[in-house]
Amino acid sequence: MATSFIHGLMAEFNTADEVLNAAQRASQNGYTEMDAYSPFPVEGLSEAVGFHKTRLPLIVLIAGLCGAVGGYFLQYYAAVIGYPLNIGGRPLHSWPSFIPITFELTVLCAGVTAAVAMIILNGLPMPYHPVFNVPAFERATRDKFFLCIEAADPKFDRAATENFLKSLHPVEISVVEK
Amino acid sequence: METIEHTAVYEQPQPLIAEGHDYGSITDKISSDVLEKKTPKSLFMAFAVTFSLVMLLLLSVTYLFFKGVGIWGIRIPIGWGFAIVNFVWWIGIGHAGTLISAILLLLHQQWRNSINRFAEAMTLFAVACAGMFPILHLGRPWVFYWIIPMPDTMRLWPNFRSPLVWDVFAVSTYATISLIFWFVGLIPDLATMRDRAKQKWKKIVYGMLAMGWRNSAKHWHRYETAYLLLAGLATPLVVSVHSVVSFDFAVGIVPGWHTTIFPPYFVAGAIYSGFAMVLSLVIPVRKLYHLEDFVTARHLDYMAKVMLATGLIVAYGYAIETFCAFYSGNRFEHDMMINRMFGPYGPFYWMLILFNIALPQLLWLKKFRQTPWLLFVMSIIINIGMWLERFVIIVSSLARDFVPSSWAIFVPTKWDWFTYIGTIGFFLMAMILFIRILPMISIFELRTLLPMSGKSNHE
Repeated sequence: MATSFIHGLMAEFNTADEVLNAAQRASQNGYTEMDAYSPFPVEGLSEAVGFHKTRLPLIVLIAGLCGAVGGYFLQYYAAVIGYPLNIGGRPLHSWPSFIPITFELTVLCAGVTAAVAMIILNGLPMPYHPVFNVPAFERATRDKFFLCIEAADPKFDRAATENFLKSLHPVEISVVEK
Repeated sequence: METIEHTAVYEQPQPLIAEGHDYGSITDKISSDVLEKKTPKSLFMAFAVTFSLVMLLLLSVTYLFFKGVGIWGIRIPIGWGFAIVNFVWWIGIGHAGTLISAILLLLHQQWRNSINRFAEAMTLFAVACAGMFPILHLGRPWVFYWIIPMPDTMRLWPNFRSPLVWDVFAVSTYATISLIFWFVGLIPDLATMRDRAKQKWKKIVYGMLAMGWRNSAKHWHRYETAYLLLAGLATPLVVSVHSVVSFDFAVGIVPGWHTTIFPPYFVAGAIYSGFAMVLSLVIPVRKLYHLEDFVTARHLDYMAKVMLATGLIVAYGYAIETFCAFYSGNRFEHDMMINRMFGPYGPFYWMLILFNIALPQLLWLKKFRQTPWLLFVMSIIINIGMWLERFVIIVSSLARDFVPSSWAIFVPTKWDWFTYIGTIGFFLMAMILFIRILPMISIFELRTLLPMSGKSNHE
């Protein structure tokens, strides 16, 4: 099978420490295009596969600020411009009573954005992905840990990469078909 | 060597998950409870009962829409009867879910992992019940959307200086964020369900809900960031919601409502009743589904302690309320308090003191915290007590306001009771459906509690 028909090579491990160690070794060996799969978030694993920073907090901050400004402006517009009510000469721009809704809309915008942005940045929904072609992979949602070095990696070589993965003592090595 | 000596001296707490479990056994137990286990007969029976109650709710609501709110016992001056009592009660119950998921997450209380999914589901259904009441209480419920700010042909805007409008925003934001938090927490477990399911249609349904989640380390990174941000946002939100609910009262000038202690005391009361409801549900379900390995006596003990602590804050609230009524020198506040204690609703006041303050002091005893049936009885008592609290606050204050000639007595009608019991039926039915079709314990978060995950805490 030519390299262009495979997504990569996948090694299966039993513990979180093994896969973390494997990812770090792969990174030290110059592999850049890889991903690890674990049944729960493993600390340091995303850094080991070369993923350091996400824009998510910044996006959420911007959304929260939009919610705050939008929420306040909505109330300002309604109470001062759209439908001014003179109640005993009290000020129209009574800002303390606008705070609760400003706060709620800040949280609403930031919270909805946090969830939606996480899903979109993760590329979900994605009904098909090559890793699901490996029969053993369904245990990634149960108790097994996987490291997949992808064919897109410039250093990827079918035989050499397989030898490298073998040196990490995995349970099994599988070819991930596209 | 030294550590061994230490263990001999100090009593070690039980582990959060019973001995002998690994990633696989946790996954299999919780997923097969949904996918393979035959539905217990008692669950079917409970469903039949609760479903009938939902029918009762629909009947009551239909009759209400047909006749109007006059079918309830509300008569001026008591314009806020059961509908608002039930609204505050349900929304209070709905506070435990987010407290457990968000605040305890930020505080690194890992025992929450066994109960957060369940409590969040409870929150959603309780908020749904709460949301019904203000709308049903409207004279013309079909135009409830007038409270939402939008340009309309009459060029009207809601009055943003009114706490009732704040309430709409607070409760709807809370419902939305709770739903999102719950769903985000479910995604990895839905992927587990997809991979564990044997029938094709189940694989398809869970697969669509999981959206192709594949446990990638890069995904987990964003996932954890998003989850933490959501927790950070939900924490002030949960405090704000019941504060805003209390503003519905505190901003009004009715004696017995117009106090500054209301926001913190309402929030504490909400957490109190919320934990009571979590226990009322978790104790029978734990027994029915044999979840003693995951929801251990230690979990029950912690929840009981949270109840005890918040119960004492509530007791402090009652004390300050009484003190301020007399210390203020305000004639109306003074009379309100005397009336609340010794007036026509006096027995309810003393019942609430008994249920909310006196009896829960038994939770100081370990036996009451760790014996499931005793704790269950206690949680029911507190649920009733918290309902009485809202009844006393709302009804006794309104029944005797400023002008004696307009005083009256509130008598609930059968439709009041039917609607209330109907929402309890709706709530329980929704819980039954939830435990039947979704993993009721967060599987991936439980995996992190195992010693082999390297994440388990040192406790």
